[in-house]
Amino acid sequence: MIAKLLKNREILLVGAIAVLLALIALRFPAFVGPSNLARVYNDTSILIILALGQMAVILTRCIDLSMAANLALCGMVAAMLNAAFPGLSIPLIILASMALGTLLGMINGTLVWKLDIPPIVVTLGTLTIYRGLIFLLTDGKWINAHEMSDAFKALPRLDLAGVPVLSWLSLLMIAVMFLVMSRTPLGRAFYAVGGNPHAAIYTGIDVGRTRFFAYCLAGALAGLSGYLWVSRYAVAYVDIAAGFELDIIAACVIGGISIAGGIGSVAGAVLGALFLGVIKNALPVINISPFAQMAISGTVIIIAVAVNARAERRKGRVILKKAEAV
Amino acid sequence: MKPAITLEGISKSFPGVRALSDVSLALYPGSVTALIGENGAGKSTLVKILTGIYQPDAGVIRVNDTETTFPTALSAARAGVTAIHQETVLFDELSVAENIFLGHAPRNRFGFIDWQKLNADAKALLLRAGADFDPTIRLRDLGIAKKHLVAIARALSVDAQVVIMDEPTAALSHKEIHELYALIERLKAEGKAILFISHKFDEIFRIADRYTVFRDGTMVGEGLIADVHQDDLVRMMVGRAVDSVYPKKEVKIGEPVLTVSGYRHPTEFEDINFELRRGEILGFYGLVGAGRSEFMQSLIGITRPSAGAVKLDGEVLVIRSPAEAIRSGIVYVPEERGRQGAIIGMAIFQNVTLPSLAHTSRSGFLKLANEFALAREYTSRLDLRAASLDQDVGTLSGGNQQKVVIAKWLATKPKVIILDEPTKGIDIGSKAAVHAFMSELAAQGLSVIMVSSEIPEIMGMADRVIVMREGRIAGRFERSELTAEKLVRAAAGIEAQRNGRAA
Amino acid sequence: MADAQLSPRNIPDRLEGRGARLMKSWEALLIVVATLIFLGNSLASPYFLDPWNLSDATFNFTEKAMIAFAMALVIISGEIDLSVASIIALASTAMGYAVQLGADTPALVAIGLGVGLLCGAVNGLLITGLGLPSIVVTIGTMSLFRGLSFIILGDQAFTGYPESFAWFGQGYVWWVFSFEFTLFVLLAVVYGVLLHKTNFGRVVYAIGNNQTAALFSGVRVARVKFTLFLLTGLMAGLASICLTSRLGSTRPSIALGWELEVVTMVVLGGVNILGGSGTIPGVVLAALIMGMVTFGFGLLNVPGIVMSIFIGLLLISVIALPILWRRARRRLAH
Repeated sequence: MIAKLLKNREILLVGAIAVLLALIALRFPAFVGPSNLARVYNDTSILIILALGQMAVILTRCIDLSMAANLALCGMVAAMLNAAFPGLSIPLIILASMALGTLLGMINGTLVWKLDIPPIVVTLGTLTIYRGLIFLLTDGKWINAHEMSDAFKALPRLDLAGVPVLSWLSLLMIAVMFLVMSRTPLGRAFYAVGGNPHAAIYTGIDVGRTRFFAYCLAGALAGLSGYLWVSRYAVAYVDIAAGFELDIIAACVIGGISIAGGIGSVAGAVLGALFLGVIKNALPVINISPFAQMAISGTVIIIAVAVNARAERRKGRVILKKAEAV
Repeated sequence: MKPAITLEGISKSFPGVRALSDVSLALYPGSVTALIGENGAGKSTLVKILTGIYQPDAGVIRVNDTETTFPTALSAARAGVTAIHQETVLFDELSVAENIFLGHAPRNRFGFIDWQKLNADAKALLLRAGADFDPTIRLRDLGIAKKHLVAIARALSVDAQVVIMDEPTAALSHKEIHELYALIERLKAEGKAILFISHKFDEIFRIADRYTVFRDGTMVGEGLIADVHQDDLVRMMVGRAVDSVYPKKEVKIGEPVLTVSGYRHPTEFEDINFELRRGEILGFYGLVGAGRSEFMQSLIGITRPSAGAVKLDGEVLVIRSPAEAIRSGIVYVPEERGRQGAIIGMAIFQNVTLPSLAHTSRSGFLKLANEFALAREYTSRLDLRAASLDQDVGTLSGGNQQKVVIAKWLATKPKVIILDEPTKGIDIGSKAAVHAFMSELAAQGLSVIMVSSEIPEIMGMADRVIVMREGRIAGRFERSELTAEKLVRAAAGIEAQRNGRAA
Repeated sequence: MADAQLSPRNIPDRLEGRGARLMKSWEALLIVVATLIFLGNSLASPYFLDPWNLSDATFNFTEKAMIAFAMALVIISGEIDLSVASIIALASTAMGYAVQLGADTPALVAIGLGVGLLCGAVNGLLITGLGLPSIVVTIGTMSLFRGLSFIILGDQAFTGYPESFAWFGQGYVWWVFSFEFTLFVLLAVVYGVLLHKTNFGRVVYAIGNNQTAALFSGVRVARVKFTLFLLTGLMAGLASICLTSRLGSTRPSIALGWELEVVTMVVLGGVNILGGSGTIPGVVLAALIMGMVTFGFGLLNVPGIVMSIFIGLLLISVIALPILWRRARRRLAH
């Protein structure tokens, strides 16, 4: 029973986070107080939303390196819309940001689906293109806090039943993605396409089309995160979230999502993101330079992938039947 | 009686190959039609056209007398055609129930997948297929036979009028095969049209009502099973008399070359002892999954045995990698040609010289002239048909690819050559060339181990046969005492008199 | 069986001559593109054809190209190394640290190359020893190696490199030919020979096309792959020496994002990202093209980020166009 529990990646990860929190709590009990944990969760919300999108893509044996650039472009467009039309309602801006993100995801998806270009090449290309477009749009100028309307900046912080909207939104996305992944044909198709693309065709699943939708989903979530990022930090410029694509992939890898496709879960993606979030927030508390965060994430990725690989290693076919051994 | 589905004048070509030309087939409700033909005769292509994986270049498909097309796998399923495929095309990471219902899962009124109903329905379908296990376990935890039963349950899950079974009994045990027969009888009674593809004549005569024979992509005969004799079917299949196919040469067998003693592996095989002599062809017979390939691969260092010793020409060898095996003079021509044998994407000559680069090159630098010479020497001995030696191996037919793979191994000038299913999936002409060459090698003093699941091949070629079952040696036979029945009994573990003869 | 059928048929070595094969190759297309860009640049700016200007222009690709050669081999073998830019950062940081302790130029070179090799060995061990996928491992080491630089440097910088060290990034071997450009040409020849003329190169192709079959054919797959990761590490160390010498300082953000540019260069050079095919001449041409485009845009005062859009578009279109072209031709044939 215990051995079986230990094989479950999600439970293993919950354990790892608990141990991490316990170690921090030994010296700094305040860190594990409910209000601080809620703060850590809130701080990790955007990473969680992005990791959910990346998870869908990785499940189908693809990868999206352009998510952070997508986020930056959508965030910039949201900020520009707000600066140009301060009266425009915020939900409309969020929708516009998500629509643009979906469109950018559709471009990735189309190139992968219709032209059969390897996903890593496609998103490597669109990563530079999307970020370059921000520069073309703005000429390299920043949009600062004073150019944004108060409503635009306030929404993520808005308190609803003691929890900020940012946290609510990430919880909502977790719920939506959980429903999509476990209860819709599309969600199951993600698993099928990544687990065995050859068999998926026989099952009547269009592999390319499924991948296309995974990219659209990742794009939409990146678009949402774009608005959240820009409004939360109250600034938009070309380089926001630069390099964040690797954190997203790291969260997925730590969460046990197999880079070879077909294996992974919503819970895994969320826990992987939270693991990184806890480390990031704990470093200043335990007096380690924030500069150490990068090296720590790197080490954690390597350990996570080594652990995943051991769990995934197939046991060989057992031909000998010991019971009737001569 | 009106056919449930008819194919008329179907043709299909792939670059360089005409897989089907002007083929017709009709399947009748409540009747089992056996599709018979050698590997490469076009059976798989036909199945893929029937299930919407391939589109025919010409011809019409009629379902209940209305002309239709199957542009996707889904459209074929909607038209009531379902298939149980040769290789289990399923998803290891998903649950058994989901494997059964993927693509047409039951939904609740909000449009979401209804897992409770799905699991319950799956359980019922499994029972119908004669399998009683929990549908919520992950597929990867099942053995191959149970996976096959899941595939059958999947076929039952669609309300199909036409059921295609592509070698459904290949991986099943005796008991399971009999349960499958019972299931087929039930499906017949329900009025389903069944297309049954098999290489085993005994089961064809047992359950089929009609037959259709394919050869080289054309239909060469059809009719009622009751009106035909097994020999006629074989003649139609191969297009010539069955005797004289095996060019076995009488060879004087010499001293022992390879001695294997006490080879064992924790999970795959145990207690393997034998001797291989100069000029001998030693056959290894057994059912699929008897541990023959696993043992052979441990002999060349792909996997490590937990105990055991090998002597070659009287000297004890320790082989830790294929590179060391090649250097000692033991080579292995693997069963899975596409995955382990040929390097698709590289030229013929580069394939042939890969294990021999140390001999064709000079101080690490390639010498193309030497490579072409070596490749020419060995490919011409095997009668390779190709446009040029720098052609991509992937553009060759299966038989010619196999010749390249065998040439690759012979070019290393081995003392012992292990051929694992050397004629699996290749055309008759190439098969004959491989057999002729094998005889010639033995005559020249090479020692050959031939792993084969085809009884005629074993009986036609081997001087001595070792039968393996469940990872152990289950029988040893000299050529003089060899009968098909003895082989089958040893391989299946049947002790007493049981009847499995053809009709 | 008739004897005529058994007698060996004569199969030619090759159907097409060298010329015909070259005409149809990716490299031919790259030569055309390079020529067009060269002509375009000469027409667009009067400063382009000046030999010293051209010589300056080589600095924007030589360091990346050194890594690209080794990366080409890694990608042909079916793997990838995304940690190269971080290896540059770590090697540079190590050299900067050594300078503070008073190391001289030969010691710095040894440290730069040594750290590169060590990082390559770490990658190689994780990938071949533990059998982990290279894309994830090198994303991890990418964070780890640069993260170590950040731990050592924070937001500081190392400067004060000895004067003689400046020669690697700023010195000239003869006339307009810089040390870096000379090294680039030399390495192009070395890697060209290694990949196309040696057993090692052949084995790299074999692994990339079918790793399992290569293993069955007696290729020591793990050993070859380990060597390839050592090579990319070594080349990153070498590039780090050149770049650090050229800049005269080390910050932890040095060479940020280079891994993507190096991979772009390799793919643009016609190396299949899925492994199995590609050539060194192709990579050389791709390096020249990317260098000329950057330089040309620079002369026209186009900002660097626009240039990166162009590289991104180039990357996708060079792969997409042949696919679209093949498809259109097939449609016409019907």
